[in-house]
Amino acid sequence: MTASVHTVDLAGGFQPNPVLVKGEGPSLVYLHGLLGQEWDGLVDGLSATHRVYAPAHAGADEPEELRSISGMHDLILYYDEVLDALNLDRIDLVGHSFGGMVAAEIAAARPDRVRRLVLIDALGLWRDDAPVADFLLVPTDRQAALLLGDPTSAAVRARLALPDDPEQRITQTLRRTTSMASISHFLWPIPERGLSRRLRRIKAPTLIVWGTEDRLVPSVYARDFADAIAAAKVEMIAGAGHTPHFPDCEAVLDKVAAFLA
Amino acid sequence: MKTIFFHMQGYRDLPDDFATRYESIWITPPNSALCDPAVVARYMRWNVEELELADELGFDGLGLNEHHQNGYGFCNSPNLIASILARRASNAAIVVLGNTLPLYNPPIRVAEEFAMIDCLSGGRLVAGFPVGSPPDSIGNYGVPPTQIRPRYYEAHDLIMQAWTRPGPFPFNGAFTKLRYVNPWPQPLQKPHPPVWLAGGGSVETWKFATDNNYTYSYLSFNGHQSAKGMMNGYWAQIEEAGLDDNPYRAGFAQLVVVGATDAEAERLYLKHIRNFYAKALHVPMHQAAVPGFMTKKSVEFALRQGAARGAYKNLIGDPRSASWKDFTETSRMVIGGSPATVAGQLDEAIRNLRIGHLMVVMQIQSMDRELTEYSMRLFADHVLPKIRGIWDSEGYEDHWWPQGATRHRAPEKAVATAEMVP
Repeated sequence: MTASVHTVDLAGGFQPNPVLVKGEGPSLVYLHGLLGQEWDGLVDGLSATHRVYAPAHAGADEPEELRSISGMHDLILYYDEVLDALNLDRIDLVGHSFGGMVAAEIAAARPDRVRRLVLIDALGLWRDDAPVADFLLVPTDRQAALLLGDPTSAAVRARLALPDDPEQRITQTLRRTTSMASISHFLWPIPERGLSRRLRRIKAPTLIVWGTEDRLVPSVYARDFADAIAAAKVEMIAGAGHTPHFPDCEAVLDKVAAFLA
Repeated sequence: MKTIFFHMQGYRDLPDDFATRYESIWITPPNSALCDPAVVARYMRWNVEELELADELGFDGLGLNEHHQNGYGFCNSPNLIASILARRASNAAIVVLGNTLPLYNPPIRVAEEFAMIDCLSGGRLVAGFPVGSPPDSIGNYGVPPTQIRPRYYEAHDLIMQAWTRPGPFPFNGAFTKLRYVNPWPQPLQKPHPPVWLAGGGSVETWKFATDNNYTYSYLSFNGHQSAKGMMNGYWAQIEEAGLDDNPYRAGFAQLVVVGATDAEAERLYLKHIRNFYAKALHVPMHQAAVPGFMTKKSVEFALRQGAARGAYKNLIGDPRSASWKDFTETSRMVIGGSPATVAGQLDEAIRNLRIGHLMVVMQIQSMDRELTEYSMRLFADHVLPKIRGIWDSEGYEDHWWPQGATRHRAPEKAVATAEMVP
């Protein structure tokens, strides 16, 4: 379950983006969530029917690059340029969590570019009666529980385990730190940047997937996204949390694959 | 040698089970459960009385700082307290260390308020510009970690321009855009009040200090012994920058308690020291080390050091059961004892760290008004005279001391020069 890395060069003082690529078929771009770029079961499964591109988030390696990206508008342009650099025209766009927020923004800003949109437990909206939880200033176990599930479970421990080799351990820890820093740049202190005003612009048929037990972004938000997007349907994943495609991706993969078929 | 009575202005009686019951001393200790405004009214009176007493006892400066939603110090606007001190007829420096620049929006407010205090005090203000701690900036004021340093540098640029350029002029920053920068007044001190930096050991801040020829103070509760490595790093940066070795380039904060004898000091203060370290240092890593606050380079440096570094490092295990010896001899986090003991250890610490600005923290959280005064008087009568002359014989001058703070000023060389003129 591996993909190849297609490094795309970018202007504007940004490092090249190491895009993970696999599969043949219609182009699909996957934007990752709060735990950073990865090649997991969901994207691997989607690569059976699509050519899947999974870029890293802007500034994930060196957050100082984000001094050139002051907000969501700049970030949308960043991804627009990543798509150009990959020679992609129209795409299916799948985003999870923070990646879902960015995907919705892209689909609203460039409705001509997005064929179909999938939002999985997406951030970007806010309700005072069901506030999105804090994922940053929380203990490690609490963060793991919010993002992945029971921190004592074997699956979560394996997912978050660091390599034994001291040098790789430092590299991996550093990468997690810079990745989280680059995401917090757009989300702290409240992960809401006016997306609700822009959702009406989304033209793409949209699938909204949500874990019923999401403790970070409660499942009531699924309905809010669906109500604001013209052609949206909701699929709830019973018993799943904020990452409903972890540890088992089958339920989410089935829904997404069927929607994109 | 300049000694500054530095007041943390904390909440003096937090519950005994505080550290087990609550997540942190900072950001989240519930205000309605723990912070009674009626009690705060009494504490604030005591705080100001203690600062005024320090002024009367002859400390060179009175030190204040800014924290928010914090049990060990919640003086959210040091400028308010500084303005009370500024009103007094005095020649002591008012060391506001400082205003946390990334938290002011627009930061021209800092230029304005500091200039007001400078005028009100007759030019006695030290303008402290700390970057701030993650709990305050990220936790309490909602600044994204990646924005803290960019906001800091931009605010600094704006304030220095506002103080030194004739207004009005436009300022076009990334975070602050002002058509007319023209604050009334500009500071009394020219070209501007001395700027002091403060921090917990960030390499970037040392560099900023030497780039601008500012003085830097390392603020830690862990004492002079564990500060040695950190201060060496700062002095190495000074040497690398080609600047002189004037000790007034450096400052340090130190907890100090004084009794009639060593034994009396232990009897009077140990419980307060235990209480302070058990509660005030109760700051979890997830609030102190937030991704994006430190640069990638600094994070990698810290990872390679392989151990907790800086202000939050635990040196003594469980502070609730640590002994007087643990605090004052083994870890040397606290300097305490008879006046002779304290003076001797301070002399050693001052020379060892090579500091010209000593911030003594003497009101230690749960100490009441009376006990604080007892310790302060012993310090002022018997310790202060012994450390005041350090560095005088070497001929160092404090270029970072306010022009209007004339207390204990060393005899000026200009006098000797004048005598030679026919």
